[in-house]
Amino acid sequence: MVKALFILPFLIFFGVIIHFAVPIVKKSDPKLLPSALINKDVPYTNLPTLSNYKEGFNHADLLGRETLVNFFSSWCGPCRIEHDLLMEISRSKSIRLYGINYKDKPEAARNWLNELGDPFEKIVADKDGRTAIDWGVYGVPETYLVDKKGRVRYRHVGPLTEKVLEEKLMPLVQMLREKR
Amino acid sequence: MTKFRKFCLILVGYLALAYPAIAVQPQERLSDPILEERARILSKNIRCLVCQNQSIDDSNATLAKDLRVLVRERLTAGATDNEIFDFLVDRYGDFILLNPPLKPSTYFLWYGPVIFLIIGVLMIIFIMKRRRRLPPEKPLSSEESLSLSKLLEQKDRN
Repeated sequence: MVKALFILPFLIFFGVIIHFAVPIVKKSDPKLLPSALINKDVPYTNLPTLSNYKEGFNHADLLGRETLVNFFSSWCGPCRIEHDLLMEISRSKSIRLYGINYKDKPEAARNWLNELGDPFEKIVADKDGRTAIDWGVYGVPETYLVDKKGRVRYRHVGPLTEKVLEEKLMPLVQMLREKR
Repeated sequence: MTKFRKFCLILVGYLALAYPAIAVQPQERLSDPILEERARILSKNIRCLVCQNQSIDDSNATLAKDLRVLVRERLTAGATDNEIFDFLVDRYGDFILLNPPLKPSTYFLWYGPVIFLIIGVLMIIFIMKRRRRLPPEKPLSSEESLSLSKLLEQKDRN
């Protein structure tokens, strides 16, 4: 009994070490947070269109089909990194892609889309960033997977990568489609 | 005046100009001092998710500013402190609170120190008990005291 008591602190100590070592070894970024909205209804989203551009979407449009919703901005450097991949998704038509232009000047956003290409089926503009707060956005770019019932199923913070797309997002989309 | 004195005076002058830098912009502040005070206290307990180890009260990030403004809007609209915290937790999760809430997943965090304290006290009690059980020390035998005095003598001579 006494011996066990003496070993206990060491066991706890090593437990703590392992607990903290795992993320370091796996190189996971502690700044990436899980979304509080996973498996919850997508926040009410009723935003104006990106002015003088094209059709926007309303809340009801988010239902019925799986959708990737991407928060982007022309002033956001990492958004440029993921842009080619978004274009590729758009070309492959593997999933519907909507854009929410975050705290941007409409003109800058239009220029950005004209210059780099427009991967989005529909775009709305969140000028004051309030809807983004409802979604739990804390750093653009962020990409959300919304299922056809309008629930958030996955959130990726930072530029989307091929790896995340192939290993996380598309398998999840596949699973959602098969479950119907 | 010596050069050193001059230097000191200038230094003090500059120090008098220094004031703590705060992130809250003048135009963000509420005119009602009581609400503003509440807003400051709330903001100190809300994590800036961009910088993560600063509160939104300290941070210059745009999201922190947006959240400060949002907190003040809600306060003006008559929301309670808990309503504001709930609003933020619904969107960003518990991580946005700099003070983790007490719930099953955080029991270990909150009660852990007490558990360790109990373990420590128990260990001390066990050690003390075992000490008491040891036989009392015997006085030195005549042989031992003789060799001890010899050793001491030797040391004195050196």
